[in-house]
Amino acid sequence: MGRHPSQSHDSERDASQSHDSERDASGEEPSETRLLADGSGSDLRAAFDGEPAFVPYLAVGDPDYESSLAYVEALERGGADAIELGLPFSEPIAEGSTIQEAVVRSLDAGMTPERFFEFVADLDVDVPLVCMTYYNLLYQYGGDEAESGPRPFVERAAAVGLSGFVVPDLPAEEAGPLREACDEFGLDLVSIVAPTTEDERLEKLVDISSGYLYVQARLGVTGADVAPSDQTAESLERLGEYDIPKAVGFGISDGEQAAEIVSAGADGIIVGSALVEIVAEGYEHDRPTDDVAANLEALASELKAGARRGGEQAVPRPDGS
Amino acid sequence: MSDAEGTTHDTGAPTRDPEPTPETGATRERVGDGKFGDYGGQYVPEALMPAIRELEDAYERYVLGNEDGFRDEFRRRIREFGGRPTPLQRADELSQRYDTDVYLKREDLLHGGAHKLNNALGQVLLAKYMGKERIVAETGAGQHGTATAMAAAHLGMPCEIYMGERDIVRQRPNVFRMKINGAEINEVTTGRGTLKEAISETMRDWATTVENTHYVIGSIVGPHPFPTMVRDFQALISEEAREQVLDQVGRLPDAVLACAGGGSNTMGAFHHFVDDDGVGLYAVEAGGSSLAVDEEEGVAPNSASLSTGTEGVLHGARTKLLQDGDGQIVESHSVSSGLDYAGVGPELAHLVDEERVQPVNVDDDAALEGFHRLSQREGIIPALETAHAFGYLEEHADELGDLVVVNVSGRGDKDLEAALEETEQRDIDNAPPMDELTGGL
Ligand SMILES: Cc1ncc(COP(=O)(O)O)c(C=O)c1O
Repeated sequence: MGRHPSQSHDSERDASQSHDSERDASGEEPSETRLLADGSGSDLRAAFDGEPAFVPYLAVGDPDYESSLAYVEALERGGADAIELGLPFSEPIAEGSTIQEAVVRSLDAGMTPERFFEFVADLDVDVPLVCMTYYNLLYQYGGDEAESGPRPFVERAAAVGLSGFVVPDLPAEEAGPLREACDEFGLDLVSIVAPTTEDERLEKLVDISSGYLYVQARLGVTGADVAPSDQTAESLERLGEYDIPKAVGFGISDGEQAAEIVSAGADGIIVGSALVEIVAEGYEHDRPTDDVAANLEALASELKAGARRGGEQAVPRPDGS
Repeated sequence: MSDAEGTTHDTGAPTRDPEPTPETGATRERVGDGKFGDYGGQYVPEALMPAIRELEDAYERYVLGNEDGFRDEFRRRIREFGGRPTPLQRADELSQRYDTDVYLKREDLLHGGAHKLNNALGQVLLAKYMGKERIVAETGAGQHGTATAMAAAHLGMPCEIYMGERDIVRQRPNVFRMKINGAEINEVTTGRGTLKEAISETMRDWATTVENTHYVIGSIVGPHPFPTMVRDFQALISEEAREQVLDQVGRLPDAVLACAGGGSNTMGAFHHFVDDDGVGLYAVEAGGSSLAVDEEEGVAPNSASLSTGTEGVLHGARTKLLQDGDGQIVESHSVSSGLDYAGVGPELAHLVDEERVQPVNVDDDAALEGFHRLSQREGIIPALETAHAFGYLEEHADELGDLVVVNVSGRGDKDLEAALEETEQRDIDNAPPMDELTGGL
């Protein structure tokens, strides 16, 4: 620790090493942009510079390692600005049935945290990559009791070139140790903001977040079957004052919705289940990998174009962005 | 929170003086922020955090603070509707068999046939005080689902129960009871279709409906404040048992035995004895068919998370878990649906680390033998979950002292079909002739 430029954050977290006091770990100070350990800007944050960002999600290793590599690379060709890579966990409580099934396919095909890191290293893409997984996998990695906690996972993630994390079962209250490890290795920690998040929690969430904020477009679990709600615009409005990109996800499945969300003020869109459905359909019908990849690229292009369109329609913000 | 200082929560008027507890360090500290040592916490999606905060607040105000007379109403209803207090009964035959005084805390006589109503009635009533309009719950053996369906019918709340497909088959009578009480049953088909999957699916429902719905979790598991709150509702068991044993025998027991799945009947039976150093506390887990974990298959043929588990995060809490080296949760297994779970309550995990609670286990066969023994010798057909405690008593009675209290967490009516089938498949020495029994099914 100590390389983080934001002194006040660090001292507070150092004081909160013991788990008992984690609740107070994120403190009261105003939010500010986190910078990477080497002092440069976060590459995740940079993915939102310029036009609205398209951030797709796929479960890594679904339905097998090789196809999955091709699918992720197709997303970049389709215009992805950053990619969320799901590391499958056996109890994905924030996931609807589409991604649950993807998780089962991937685990059945032998995906493990170690294979996941190999996968990231094998990927031939230039956009920043975010690991989306559940806390137990981060917590267990590296195994021995001497260093239980997320640090070994984060260290390895940094080594293979990941840029950050989204951990849906890790609220701000429990995020102290992961935030600390991310600061140490120069990675971002993306927090999820829910429609139910009260204003007083927003500050706390923004404070521990970096890269971007994941704005949940509706209540419930992931899935393309339930569209984003009008709570989205409300959330975006509440978040307007915070200087961090806002990416909206949960329920976005086509270019039209992408345009709508961006025109409501989002800096980017996150799409998972709609893309995973293409993988599932290809698997069920035994389609050639190239065909499935082409379908993924096509939907990605549509979503990216929708986001762009939404950006052109967007009401200019007070700060001129 | 109000009592970080090592006193115990009561869910109602104290029945014994809150004697100052000896300052024995961390072991006895009741942590007010939902941490038991390093265990516990609130590992849930952000969408649920406001509801959990709201629940914490309601727990403090109503359950701890008796605001609006919540505790008085709970005490009255658990007495009038539930049938408390339950008896502490001397088991004459078993006492003779083991040459030890064996007493039974008869939670099987609580309305619904298990300890589960203590918690279900408490939480459904709390949901009403909070202004919630709908109840969801998971169930394994169907006992918690049944208790919740009964409490919801009693208090006029719509109720949906999530239950694994495998458990729906294993615990059919309870499925009928829930439906007859007006609950809707949602079948969970993911994974092995048991309790773990049912909890995950109920959490997903709650993440969608959190604004008007309360999740009545069925054991001392999940995010804070559930483990502490469920423990408080279940602590009626030891509050009564402690008073009864002092009254009937004139001294504290040498040992208290309770089966442990998530651990709610366990902590309920232990809570008021935790500060009594001379009372041994034994959490009897399901040893299943073997204590080994098959990493290849991701299966543990047991549910002994206290005995063999390692620290990790599942369903909102850090606790002891059955998991592989990567942190994937493995599928547990037990002949009893209610113990068939890969996790355990964080408070129990902590008390085991502190060596205050002994984690022990018996296998499926010993549990089935215990089932038949209690039925034949005492005229009490126990739940298969409960039967594990009697399996342990049989094997270790001579090490438990002269006065033993066993918590009879539930009755076995729900298990008749499964118990007979399992008995027939194995060679259970003390079972009645199976062809006579199953011929009639
Ligand atoms: C009769 C009975 N005993 C014990 C249990 C296990 O639960 P716990 O460990 O929370 O007491 C169950 C669960 O369904 C049960 O029905």
